[in-house]
Amino acid sequence: MPLENLELFEVFVRSKRGLDHKHVGSLHAEDSQHALDYARDCYTRRSEGVSIWVVKSSDVIASQEDDNEGFFDPSEDKPYRHATYYPLPKEVGNM
Amino acid sequence: MSQNELSLETAFQNKIDNELKIEPKDWMPEAYRKNLIRQISQHAHSEVIGEQPEGNWITRAPSLRRKAVLLSKVQDEAGHGLYLYSAAETLGISRAEMIEALQVGKAKYASIFNYPTQTWGDIGAIGWLVDGAAICNQVSLQRTSYGPYARSMIRICKEESFHQRQGYQIMLELAKGTIEQKKMAQDSLNRFYWPSLMMFGPHDSESAHSEKSMKWKIKRETNDDLRQKFIDQTVPQIEFLGLEHPDKALKWNEERGHYDSSEIDWEEFYNVINGNGHCNRQRIEHHVKAHEEGAWVRDAQNAYTAKVVLRAAQAIA
Amino acid sequence: MNISNKDNSQADLIEYATRLGDDSLILGHRISEWASNGPFLEEDIALGNVALDYIGRARMYYTYAAELTGEGKTEDDFAYLRNERDFSNYLLNELPKGDFAFTIVRQLFIDVFNSLFLPQLQTSANEHLAAIASKAVKETRYHLRRSKDWSIRLGDGTEESHQRMQKALADLWGYVHEMFEPDELEKRLIAQGIAVDTANLKEQWLAEITETLNTATLEVPEAEWAVRGGRAGHHTEHLGHLLCVMQSVHIRYPGAKW
Repeated sequence: MPLENLELFEVFVRSKRGLDHKHVGSLHAEDSQHALDYARDCYTRRSEGVSIWVVKSSDVIASQEDDNEGFFDPSEDKPYRHATYYPLPKEVGNM
Repeated sequence: MSQNELSLETAFQNKIDNELKIEPKDWMPEAYRKNLIRQISQHAHSEVIGEQPEGNWITRAPSLRRKAVLLSKVQDEAGHGLYLYSAAETLGISRAEMIEALQVGKAKYASIFNYPTQTWGDIGAIGWLVDGAAICNQVSLQRTSYGPYARSMIRICKEESFHQRQGYQIMLELAKGTIEQKKMAQDSLNRFYWPSLMMFGPHDSESAHSEKSMKWKIKRETNDDLRQKFIDQTVPQIEFLGLEHPDKALKWNEERGHYDSSEIDWEEFYNVINGNGHCNRQRIEHHVKAHEEGAWVRDAQNAYTAKVVLRAAQAIA
Repeated sequence: MNISNKDNSQADLIEYATRLGDDSLILGHRISEWASNGPFLEEDIALGNVALDYIGRARMYYTYAAELTGEGKTEDDFAYLRNERDFSNYLLNELPKGDFAFTIVRQLFIDVFNSLFLPQLQTSANEHLAAIASKAVKETRYHLRRSKDWSIRLGDGTEESHQRMQKALADLWGYVHEMFEPDELEKRLIAQGIAVDTANLKEQWLAEITETLNTATLEVPEAEWAVRGGRAGHHTEHLGHLLCVMQSVHIRYPGAKW
């Protein structure tokens, strides 16, 4: 069953100018050109997009669950990086 | 189970209990993965096989507007199959493996698609009832615990709402049309009502996968709860059409706040599942045929890509 | 005298819009037959988009023809209540969908044709037709990209795909000529700046087809045969069957609304 030959691609769609590209799913295609065409046909049938990216799934480097503690926990104890850490007197208003 | 695995499983269940989504790279019990693959691929196959009964009427749609609507709906079904295969692939199974499982009969698809579409009215009834029942289930699955599955469900639900409406609109036109049209509508309602109720699966007490699926929040509501929701919501819709309800014993139960209905003919349910529906063999044969006829196309793509790569290498050398 | 001239030219215009509608509907119908039959899911979906584009075009052309006709006519009267001999689509469009190579070669022929035809129709003196062309021309740009791309991949793919493409080219070649032969009606409309003079498109069409086929390692057929007659309602036997299926429900319930 030769379907494996078709590579897996991840699809990202910018839904509106000014917004980020967002991951919407994946598809099979022979190469990046075809992947782009199919992304258009499969993921933007209702004018969901103004721009499309496709990336070979195998080219996506993902952080591993095992690394999570090292990657993400250290930032949990740094509340001072968030604006809400600094209450302002009501008189000052928003900042 | 090793100590390590036990603590992993506890952490996993904690995430689920806290309504945290499970994502592809997360540790998960093998049974969770298998259960998901079974459910998502079955769902994907249903969408793809579901192209056939409705596709059966694209060439005969009675107006150009209906033709365009039906074609885009059938095309959406293929699209939904794609979203779901793509969600299942994040669990480490390939689409080719899933298709293979479908074609050799190891994987199932919704049994409703083994019923034939005999009249244009059936296209209305399928959109309204079959998609309606599917939506009940899918709305609930938008909160399923596996991230990629939940996200594809959200996408699918957004698109499906047009499917049900177009079906109901077909029924409306028929019901307020000529005597013959109204008859057609009633006949389609009669034939598709019960099979639609069967789509929710066996009673909770009989369902093989229900309990574990609920604990893992793969399923969010039970078969019987979802079925009840569908029964209740369909009553006023049938009334508005001015058609007769196929369930003669249907009765409002004040105490429960729900309709009581007749028992489903489970013999028919299992009969169709076990291969005795009008279209079981035809559906799979059709799928195999299309897949085999496409083999040379996929081979050609393969060969062309190999040539391009080779030529690029030669150009460098 | 003046009035009857105007009537004649109105009748010409209705017929011209109807022809363009027939071309679109019959081809869209054929492509729609690929639903659930594509070589893989992505292509199934992509073909659906192409079919929808053509059915959409048919509706626009027919609606315009219906407006001009008056008498409460609608697009559906044109699609469902005319006979085989009334349809005036090119023969190329009505042939059964065949294998994927056949469909791709037909699309290549028609997409290249439309990519030349539609920009000219955009400049038609008739603003309705020009507006329809403006919408369609964008769709065709994408269709052409697909059919060229597929032609190259299949032509230069495996031996089998190459042979299937070459066979499709041979089987379809004789049907292309009539696209470049305007009849008297079209000539009258060309003189008024309304219709496109397709005779002028042939050279460029052939050049583009040749270029794509060369890249695809395929040979341009040299066969001399040519079948003509679509515009005059002389069809292959296939159209009758297509219409039988397409019109069956609509005809059985006269006057019903759907």
